Amino acid sequence: MLDIVVPIKQVPDLVEELEIDPSGTALGLERTRFVVNELDDHALEQALLLKEKHQAQVSVIALDVGDVEETLFMALAKGVDQAIKISGDFGPAPDNHTTARVLKDVLGGLSHNLILTGVQAIDDLDGQLGILLSSYLDLPYVGLVSGVQIDEGGSKATVLKELPGGVKAELELPLPAVLGIQAAEQPPRYVPVSRVRQAMRTATIEERSAAAEGNGHIRVRRISKPQVGAGAELLEGSSEDIAEQIVGILADRGILR
Amino acid sequence: MVQTASREARGPLTQAFFDRIAAVAEGEKLKACIQCGICSGSCPLGFAMQYPPRRLIASLRAGVMEQVLQSNTPWLCVACYTCTARCPSAVGITDMLFPAMREALLMQGVGVPGELQTALENTFRHGNPLGEPPSKRADWIQEVDVPVTDLSADPREVDILWLVECYPAYHVRAKETVKALARTLHALGADFGVLGQEERCVGDSQRLVGENGLFEMLVEENGKTLDRFQFRQIIVTDPHAYNALKNEYPKYGVNYPVQHYTQYLASRLEELRPMLGELNHTITFHDPCYLGRRNGEYEAPRQLIQAIPGVTFVEMERNRENGLCCGGGGGGMWLDSFAYEYAKERLSEKRVREAARTGADVMAVCCPNDLLRFEDAVKVVGLEGKLVVKDIIELIDEARKG
Ligand code: SF4
Ligand code: SF4
Repeated sequence: MLDIVVPIKQVPDLVEELEIDPSGTALGLERTRFVVNELDDHALEQALLLKEKHQAQVSVIALDVGDVEETLFMALAKGVDQAIKISGDFGPAPDNHTTARVLKDVLGGLSHNLILTGVQAIDDLDGQLGILLSSYLDLPYVGLVSGVQIDEGGSKATVLKELPGGVKAELELPLPAVLGIQAAEQPPRYVPVSRVRQAMRTATIEERSAAAEGNGHIRVRRISKPQVGAGAELLEGSSEDIAEQIVGILADRGILR
Repeated sequence: MVQTASREARGPLTQAFFDRIAAVAEGEKLKACIQCGICSGSCPLGFAMQYPPRRLIASLRAGVMEQVLQSNTPWLCVACYTCTARCPSAVGITDMLFPAMREALLMQGVGVPGELQTALENTFRHGNPLGEPPSKRADWIQEVDVPVTDLSADPREVDILWLVECYPAYHVRAKETVKALARTLHALGADFGVLGQEERCVGDSQRLVGENGLFEMLVEENGKTLDRFQFRQIIVTDPHAYNALKNEYPKYGVNYPVQHYTQYLASRLEELRPMLGELNHTITFHDPCYLGRRNGEYEAPRQLIQAIPGVTFVEMERNRENGLCCGGGGGGMWLDSFAYEYAKERLSEKRVREAARTGADVMAVCCPNDLLRFEDAVKVVGLEGKLVVKDIIELIDEARKG
């Protein structure tokens, strides 16, 4: 039996504008809505595709941050077999070192042949979670994966990676392994609202707790919005005025005649 | 392809479809179809469907539904109501048959067009299909020069609760109609308020697209919100919202008197009329499917247009119950690329050509979908400079100032 574990992470939903905390070293998260990190959603989709092909067992695990329950119920509605929420003293925005340490403890008690996670998350663009997990668990790792095949016996995986310059590589690695997913083989599926609501009524999210020991020793010194630099020109006025100005600029540069 | 009447084993898609049909009261009516073909002949997109409605019902009866569900047909209906309005046996093609097929596809996750998926996910998360921030829903109030009560910030009893709806609240072009309506309501001395950040999509198109769970969620949420405010009646900017509040919400016990804004203004025409100055335009009018064909309101919009001094009013060849759909209903707004792939021409493009043939220089509309689709279509077919698309409320607002 193939056991797939998908660690997923909550990130701020960019539909609303981001605010910076008065400290200037973090995002103001009080009024932020959270959403599953997009590449983790791809990791989940890839897991579901493998489940359909190999009758795999899929577990989704996440630290209790943001609106994690909604995300876990959506995963249950999509057909995962188990959803686990981990609580602990890791604060509202744990870094990848903290997250990996928490996850490795939980993963220790969870059967796994394959760990799929998004190759990076939009809130830190750090891209290290999969790597850290693979080193803690002493498993092989491949990142930026966009296709996964498992052999009949479930002993090895063949993964697809798109390299720069339009070149594709196929790599083979023994299972168990950790993969950082760049894209699932198909876009994440739609889950009808009636399924989500049914999951909220009938399915359960398992709860675990884990201690967060240490972090990555990285201190955020400053978070700020980009400033308008010298040389930038802001076009102002009504839509018509701005359109005129753009046409003028394009004509000046010889792009339009 | 020759088809046999041998019954296929029901696949999961077909099973989900029949489960849905069995669950709705009107499901039985499918049996009443006499295979006359009026529906297929009337359907503006029937030519592009692999299974136009009559053939679809024949296939269903022959027990060969799986291939119908996997054809292009389920996503091509724009819920224009023409077939249903003309069917001699009152078969619920628009409200029941197509949504049931779509629901089966959504439930099984088969072939859901990407654009549509995004619109549904946005509605679920943010309460509007555009994926705009809920906190900015009432930002248009800052852009209008008359006072508008945002009841979410300033709760009080009002005479009229105005549900602005999503495209009008957010879309840069459709917002102009909202500002014009605010000014006109103010000029009439109407006591009105909007729900601001507490407003969520009414959801009629989500219902017709087969996302019944999402529609029911919206009904519950909106029902609770409406319960918390005190008002005498609702007015809406969008005929689809009008349809849902009038015909669908009451099925869930959410029952409030509702008017489309044209109906409300027509009821106050004698006060409005003296305010209107001259506009020298030849105007034709496009009946929105969900005000006209579905709900039988043909007069209110015409009365408003004809009340403007100086206007010459002309009808298009297909008008009232025969009006051609803009192609945006029943989720058509979110299936545009899909429909275009098979039809190669948008219904809105056909329709603006019809409008131009009347000799009118203004095509009047009163549905946000129409405004956006026809304005695009005017550009696509090269009618710019010859035909202008305006919402009736914009014409009223101009006439009032002029
Ligand atoms: S118009 Fe009505 S009765 Fe005639 S074929 Fe269509 S569904 Fe059947
Ligand atoms: S509602 Fe309109 S588009 Fe849909 S099947 Fe009927 S006639 Fe065709």
